[in-house]
Amino acid sequence: MIFEIKNIYKDYIQAKQAVPVLHDITLSVDEGEYVAIMGPSGSGKSTLMNIIGCLDKQTKGSFYFDGTDIMSAGDKKLSEIRNKKIGFVFQNFNLLPRQSALENVELPLLYAGVSKKERRRRAKMALERVGLENRMNFRPTQLSGGQKQRVAIARAIVNKPRLLLADEPTGALDTASGEQVMELFEGLNKEGVTIVMITHEPDIARRAKRIMYIRDGRLYTEPPRNEREVQG
Amino acid sequence: MIENIRLSFRGIFSHKIRSLLTMLGIIIGIAAIIAIVSTIKGTNEQIKNNLIGSGSNTVKINLVMGDSTYDFGYETPPQEVVPLDDKSREKIVALDEVEDCTFYRTRENFMNVFCGPTQLESSIIYGIDPHYFDTAGYMICEGKGFAKNDFTDFTKTAVIDKTIADGVFSGESPVGSIIDINGEPFTIIGVAAKVSEFEPVIESVDDYYTYNQAESGLIFIPTDDWGMLFRYDEPQNCIVKAKDTDSMTGAGKKSADILNKNIVKTSVNGENKVLPKYKSENLLEQAKNLQDLSSSTNNMLIWIASISLLVGGIGVMNIMLVSVTERTREIGLKKALGARKRRILAQFLTEAAVLTSIGGVIGVLSGIGLSKVISKMADVPVAISTPAIIIAVAFSMLVGIVFGLIPSVKAARLDPIDALRYE
Repeated sequence: MIFEIKNIYKDYIQAKQAVPVLHDITLSVDEGEYVAIMGPSGSGKSTLMNIIGCLDKQTKGSFYFDGTDIMSAGDKKLSEIRNKKIGFVFQNFNLLPRQSALENVELPLLYAGVSKKERRRRAKMALERVGLENRMNFRPTQLSGGQKQRVAIARAIVNKPRLLLADEPTGALDTASGEQVMELFEGLNKEGVTIVMITHEPDIARRAKRIMYIRDGRLYTEPPRNEREVQG
Repeated sequence: MIENIRLSFRGIFSHKIRSLLTMLGIIIGIAAIIAIVSTIKGTNEQIKNNLIGSGSNTVKINLVMGDSTYDFGYETPPQEVVPLDDKSREKIVALDEVEDCTFYRTRENFMNVFCGPTQLESSIIYGIDPHYFDTAGYMICEGKGFAKNDFTDFTKTAVIDKTIADGVFSGESPVGSIIDINGEPFTIIGVAAKVSEFEPVIESVDDYYTYNQAESGLIFIPTDDWGMLFRYDEPQNCIVKAKDTDSMTGAGKKSADILNKNIVKTSVNGENKVLPKYKSENLLEQAKNLQDLSSSTNNMLIWIASISLLVGGIGVMNIMLVSVTERTREIGLKKALGARKRRILAQFLTEAAVLTSIGGVIGVLSGIGLSKVISKMADVPVAISTPAIIIAVAFSMLVGIVFGLIPSVKAARLDPIDALRYE
């Protein structure tokens, strides 16, 4: 079991009023799974991803990540989980523009307190895994969108996390680059990396082994009746 | 930490103009302070040098009554004071602070001196012991100095200074000539000159009266011959040579204490008389008083310059706040990748401290340049103070940490989701 979400609710306070975003969500993901969470914008899927990524906390309900109760964890514990157990892949890559691909990939290892030599070695390995061994010293501005996302994936897997958490990983990419990313994900999953991916594209979601649907803050295992609406 | 410093440098150099403008307040403040401190130190060293002379480190210990020095040309020697002997000298030389010591007798403005038909007006006669030339810093530049027997055998020999040698003998060697002191003929055996001719920097009439110690028209005779011209039991004055400039005060005071033990207490009709005593000239203290006077005005200037540092610090805080806002996404990302709050805090604090430290270093360099310019234009001496430089750089670093604190705390407290979502 990678994580277990039980009956969680999330409200946002807006203009002194609680706006419910997530409603009674229960989800658990096992080792080696490849799950897509699909939903239109505004469905609460980003909020769910933030909670799974230990960036945000639920208002109500229980969430255990790899056996740790996230609700009661402090900055130190949460930072450690994000650093060592979760690899993030964002829609807009979020690479540091002034640092080379290699330095970007090294970043999580730096926070993990890995020695410089070892950081270099592991970052190079991760970049080789995503096929960018000849782009190591390029800056993000010198890379294409697909290459940037592969750098981001290398950064996500460099710490050998328990979970790869991807938020619209192909959202900013053309079809060919998106395809490369999806192939990379499938390869990683075959190697045993657990992946949770959030997307609104059915084509992308279909690549996963399991699809969950989120609408208006509720999670479904079957697509809601109005398929077109979900496709947004 | 090293990683943070490296990142800070990269960040600072990628915004060169902005960083320079941010540092400007710090640079101006530090430069002004360094320039002021250098000027103060320069003036102080000049005062000290003027009073003490460069490196001779001699302290005069004179016999005084109340506040005025005894002048045996007009006064008879007090009966309480007996002439000093070698035992007192040995005690003084044994002091830690003292390198050498000499006893001498003197007559100032002495008129009754003739070289052939020429009368020397207002010459100064010294009756010296064998240690005088070494201690007071004279060397024999022509002829020879006194031999051992000159001090015991009443050889009636004299050494004159260059002023008399040049003035009376005009180019010819005075050695072997006869000089007539108080009716007694003395043979000139040598010419003495100061080892280091030190001339105080005189900038005003006040300076002249304060600093001018030059003496000229000196005639030296062995102290044992003194009795032939004046009184044989006349008390001596003393010069001690201190080990270094800083021990001058101590050397003077301790030597005076030893000499004062020679003064015999007497009483007239059961009442204690006011006694004469030996007192050392405290040039170091005199110098310090003058320095305090000049420093106190300049210390005000340092406070004014510090305001510039305050303004500079606020500028740093402002730009750091902008920088935190600009880099909200970066902060969010770093948190998502596992950076702890304290790590973000340290990163921004380091950046602020590095920024102001660079400003401090540039400020120190411009300050040194500025003080050189001031020294050239206003013709005042400057001396660069190393502690001031270290304090200045450390202080500018402190300014960065203090004023970087609020922006850094703000950065560390950013919510990672808000930060990641920030456009």
